[in-house]
Amino acid sequence: MKYYAETHEWVEIVDGIATVGITEFAAEELGDLTYVEMPAIGAVFEAGAVFGSVESVKAASDIYAPLAGKVCEINDALETNPEVLNEAAEGEGWICRFSDVDQSGLSKLMSREDYLKSIGK
Amino acid sequence: MPFIANTEAERQEMLAAIGCSDLEELWGKAAAPKPTSDFATLPEGRSELEVARHLTHLAGKNATDLVCFLGMGYYDHFIPAAVGEIIGRPGFYTAYTPYQAEASQGTLQAIFEWQSAICRLTGMSVANASMYDGGTAVFEAMAMAMRVTRRRHVVVAAGLSPIFRNILKCYSDSQDCEITDIVLGDDDDRSGQEKVLAAVTDKTACAIVQYPNAFGAVEDWTKTIAAVKKAGTLAVCATYPTALAVLKTPGDMGFDIVVGEGQPLGMPLSFGGPYLGFMCTDMKLMRRMPGRIVGQAQDSSGRTGYVLTMQAREQHIRRSGAMSNICSNENLCALTALVYMTLLGRQGLVEVAELCMDKARYALAKLTSIKGVRRIGSQPFFNEFVLELPKDADEVAGRLVEKGYAAGFPLGRYYPGRQNQILVSVTEKRTQEEINGFANAMEAVLWS
Repeated sequence: MKYYAETHEWVEIVDGIATVGITEFAAEELGDLTYVEMPAIGAVFEAGAVFGSVESVKAASDIYAPLAGKVCEINDALETNPEVLNEAAEGEGWICRFSDVDQSGLSKLMSREDYLKSIGK
Repeated sequence: MPFIANTEAERQEMLAAIGCSDLEELWGKAAAPKPTSDFATLPEGRSELEVARHLTHLAGKNATDLVCFLGMGYYDHFIPAAVGEIIGRPGFYTAYTPYQAEASQGTLQAIFEWQSAICRLTGMSVANASMYDGGTAVFEAMAMAMRVTRRRHVVVAAGLSPIFRNILKCYSDSQDCEITDIVLGDDDDRSGQEKVLAAVTDKTACAIVQYPNAFGAVEDWTKTIAAVKKAGTLAVCATYPTALAVLKTPGDMGFDIVVGEGQPLGMPLSFGGPYLGFMCTDMKLMRRMPGRIVGQAQDSSGRTGYVLTMQAREQHIRRSGAMSNICSNENLCALTALVYMTLLGRQGLVEVAELCMDKARYALAKLTSIKGVRRIGSQPFFNEFVLELPKDADEVAGRLVEKGYAAGFPLGRYYPGRQNQILVSVTEKRTQEEINGFANAMEAVLWS
């Protein structure tokens, strides 16, 4: 099950590993994405910390960690094909995976339904 | 929208933070005391003709016709007259980077060609539109390496220009970083490759080296750089573009970021500026590079056009998250360098570099045949070498100015143990007659 942050990231935890990306709504708002700045594997982030950024032709936005954790995998495919983010932001366009996740932070995130409501959909 | 966008509440907050009750109190504390000088003592105003005569007299006190053997990063190369004519065309002649950039297709194309030319010289993949000067470009490379690696330790090789090193200190004093300087003996012209490698740890953002180094030495860094990069450390090279026409390129040696001073490419020495910084990197790091970048694109009908590209790195879009505060470029100087390189062409640049090398070797032989003069170090060199004199080099240089020669750069100014050493550089402009005259004058100053 996916959880959503006010800052337009999603997170899904499977077997203790959290997969993180930006929402379809965020990707659509940013327009054609040209570049994703990834964190280093092994880097540790607090919840709410900037761990990367996404860049479109004329805008760039920071991406915030929805939960505290340690980066254990990044989506290499985005380096050569950032447009995957526009096509499938909440699937193949995942950005990175965190281990050592602090799951207590989930209570501060929204369900999909609440997130969609928050963006007026 | 107000021009200064802080609100009354924010102003009160700031005033409270510094302990002032209102703006009047701040002005009272901040304002300098009124000047006490008496304007009545100033002379009467003069006419334009009188002022021009006075200033011409003052300007005449400058020595402008010295035969120049002074280098250390800035060189007396020949500048074809056509350079000034072309850059002076009204469509080109502005110091400023284009705003509403895409309306200035000619300027953008010139920047694009400049980027391409500097990439070919350095052997790198991507260049930016230019930076203030060589020294600030070295700092920007260091800052870029710290951003990319998220590390704060920097190793500086012996032989980085002491002028660049001072600029680095000035810019980095307020940064959270630690710099390790590699120091060799005063009888050495090398950069200390083994010591650079030994100083690099898994906390090191970059190693900064100069090629050829400040003592003129040309060293192959290929193996050291490969080893440095194994620690996840970036390799930064400051270089002399003219030399790259004939030397192995920094790109071929594996450097990640290449910067340098572009003055030798068609700009006069001009008492220190305006000069031109250049910066290049590889595709992997291009989005982390500061400064403007011009790209070639196509319009909707498929015609070639030029655009400012990857602007999301820059502060007008990224605000505080921008790659650096650089939001302009040294445009007229970059154009000058482009026109210079275009007029000379590939073969012309090679010939300039070969002439520099030949004449420097002739000068070295002449000068070291003087009693008591010897070369410091034995590395291969391009057009610059260090001599040890039997007397204080600064005094000797002063005496040679009286005889019409800018003798070189006395190293004692930056290296206390090198008081008798002078860095001599020789460009294609120096004639055999001038070099012979210089050697004779040197001998006379030292021994008569």
